[in-house]
Amino acid sequence: MAVQDTSRHEPQRSSFLNDPVVRGRLYQLLTVVIVAAFVWFIADNTAANLARQNKTTGFDFFWFTSGFDIQFSLIPYSRASTYGTAFLVGILNTMLVAVIGVFFASLLGFMVGIARLSNNFIISRLALIYVETLRNVPLLLQLVFWYFAVLKSMPGVRQSFIFLDGVVLNQRGLYLPKVVTDAQFAWVWGALALSIVAIVVLQRWAHKRLEATGQRFPVFWTALGVLVVLPLVAGLISGTHLSVDLPVLKGFNYAGGIGLPPELVALCLGLIFYTATFISEIVRAGIQSVSYGQTEAAQALGLRDGDRLRLVIIPQAMRVIIPPLASQYLNLTKNSSLAIAIGYPDLVSVFMNTTLNQTGRAIEVVFITMLVYLTLSLATSSFMNWYNRRIALVER
Amino acid sequence: MHTKTILTTAALALGLSITAASAGTLEDVKAKGYLDCGVTEGVAGFSIPDANNEWSGIEVDYCRAMAAAIFNDADAVHYTALNTGERFLALSSGKIDVLSRTTTWTMSRDTTLGIDFTGVMFYDGQGFMVRKDLGVSSVKDLAGANVCVQAGTTTELNMADYFSANAIEYTPVVFAGRPEVIAAFEGGRCDAYTTDASGLAADRTRFANPGDYVILPEIISKEPLGPSVRQGDDNWFNISRWVYFAILEAEELGVTSANVDEMLSSENPSIKRLLGVEGDFGTPLGLDKDWAYNIIKLIGNYAEMFDANVGPDTAMGLERGVNALWTKGGIQYAPPIR
Repeated sequence: MAVQDTSRHEPQRSSFLNDPVVRGRLYQLLTVVIVAAFVWFIADNTAANLARQNKTTGFDFFWFTSGFDIQFSLIPYSRASTYGTAFLVGILNTMLVAVIGVFFASLLGFMVGIARLSNNFIISRLALIYVETLRNVPLLLQLVFWYFAVLKSMPGVRQSFIFLDGVVLNQRGLYLPKVVTDAQFAWVWGALALSIVAIVVLQRWAHKRLEATGQRFPVFWTALGVLVVLPLVAGLISGTHLSVDLPVLKGFNYAGGIGLPPELVALCLGLIFYTATFISEIVRAGIQSVSYGQTEAAQALGLRDGDRLRLVIIPQAMRVIIPPLASQYLNLTKNSSLAIAIGYPDLVSVFMNTTLNQTGRAIEVVFITMLVYLTLSLATSSFMNWYNRRIALVER
Repeated sequence: MHTKTILTTAALALGLSITAASAGTLEDVKAKGYLDCGVTEGVAGFSIPDANNEWSGIEVDYCRAMAAAIFNDADAVHYTALNTGERFLALSSGKIDVLSRTTTWTMSRDTTLGIDFTGVMFYDGQGFMVRKDLGVSSVKDLAGANVCVQAGTTTELNMADYFSANAIEYTPVVFAGRPEVIAAFEGGRCDAYTTDASGLAADRTRFANPGDYVILPEIISKEPLGPSVRQGDDNWFNISRWVYFAILEAEELGVTSANVDEMLSSENPSIKRLLGVEGDFGTPLGLDKDWAYNIIKLIGNYAEMFDANVGPDTAMGLERGVNALWTKGGIQYAPPIR
């Protein structure tokens, strides 16, 4: 067999620009240079403009006395506090709305999502009407509706709705009785913590017993009993004395108790009812993504209805639900900035409006506000990602 | 409108970043052919649009006066309605050329915001309004009250100072926009509403039943309301300031829009200088020498502006008070044009 000359063919030397690796690097370098130049241009221009306009700049204003009051605050605050404290008040107020909103929107969303799948015609239609109406009206309009329309229909202070002497509802907000505890009450807290530990232990033991013997233990009712009885006994033994602080009419307004300003109530209602529509659709999609074969398989194994949902359907549905649910939580947090329309002192209202205006540090304040929302969102989304990884399907 | 607020605030802050240095404001204004004037979202007597979006008010008249001095055309003005949160950014970022928007002249605003106040169109003070049936006759009776106020105003700060000094507990209810403040007060959210006394009178005219409301006697602050311009353009500052002085001077000399043409042949040297008959006071400003004549011819003097918009014969029904000329017991005073 004739051996062919297979001497290697030198590839034709061409421009190094045709090398995909080199070219890729070049493009990347070019992009970086352009972005850097743009950032430099903006920064330089800003500095030049600020200097030209003789504007005072910097972050020192955080330590200045703010001089304004805030309607609703979770931490002590007065006009003598600093802008830094006002900033904190704003962040906490935003976080309060976010936490309340996320909790109740999830609850309502899950309920409506399941209701949408109900075999009961009326329930599923009602859920459908709710979802299709509320998710198709802009949130800002809903907030304004809750605040201005619902508020206007509330009675004046002297004609307040009063339920059971303790719950007062009027144009100035919702007042609830406040339970005042004394030092002895620490025992009750201790008992509560103890009973939670006991329940966890009980649950583990019941699970083991179920796997070993197949016998069920009524964990739920036992846990409920422990949760009620243990703190109650502790309360009785320690001789703690509880008193109730009721809201009473004092001058122009009710004082005492827990007062929720109508701005907070309206904002929470608006955000909850709006976000819950999206969550319910996500939940419905998640449940429907689990094929009917899974239900049949669970039935074939002899699982009861509750267990079938809890052990087979929901874990699989959660994989579909969690990622878009995280987006909804982020949306809710960011949407809370619409608070400014209805006078709730959130971060945007306190910091980006009043503080910005009184100090004139526009760029600093806007930048910090964006940074805060970014931080809140990243924290939420990293928690949700962690949770998602935890519940992800593990192939065995 | 409030998404708008947030977006505009952010956009205006960005505007600070990307507006390039420009020539003088007067050249820019002449080149575009109109004046950009920042006004309120609607305060009767000061700046308020009608059904056809034609603006009127004493502060609108000031914008028109500047346009008359520059273009000899009082209508060459574009109005931008701004809330309290947007106003200074709009001015310093170059979105507007002059801010004529019930804005109180304070030291910190004058020295840290990169703006300069050029005059005082209206000497005002902060007051409180309550419903009559509340039975309150003094601000001191407002202990425990909810008070509606607009965010980022001097009134928000004055109120905190005043109540703190008098050890009165209260709850501020703060809105970004004035329409929301008024709606919340009228809707019963607050016991009292506070802003400049003239503003209270203005807003009361728009309530369904103005007679149900009473303005309390205390005036708790000084609120000199005047126009402002960007810092760093001395010529533009001079134009803004002397337009204000010219309308005061015209009132003092008895020159009105009705008699200004006869006054052209006046023998009074002061009137001759004001109307550009003798000497040329316009050119140093970059304007025509009959700049003041144009203002008075097209709009009128300070008294005419006051009477037409906020005076005793209007719905506002305000007396001149301290806003009278210095010759009539007030404090409005213009340096001589000579």
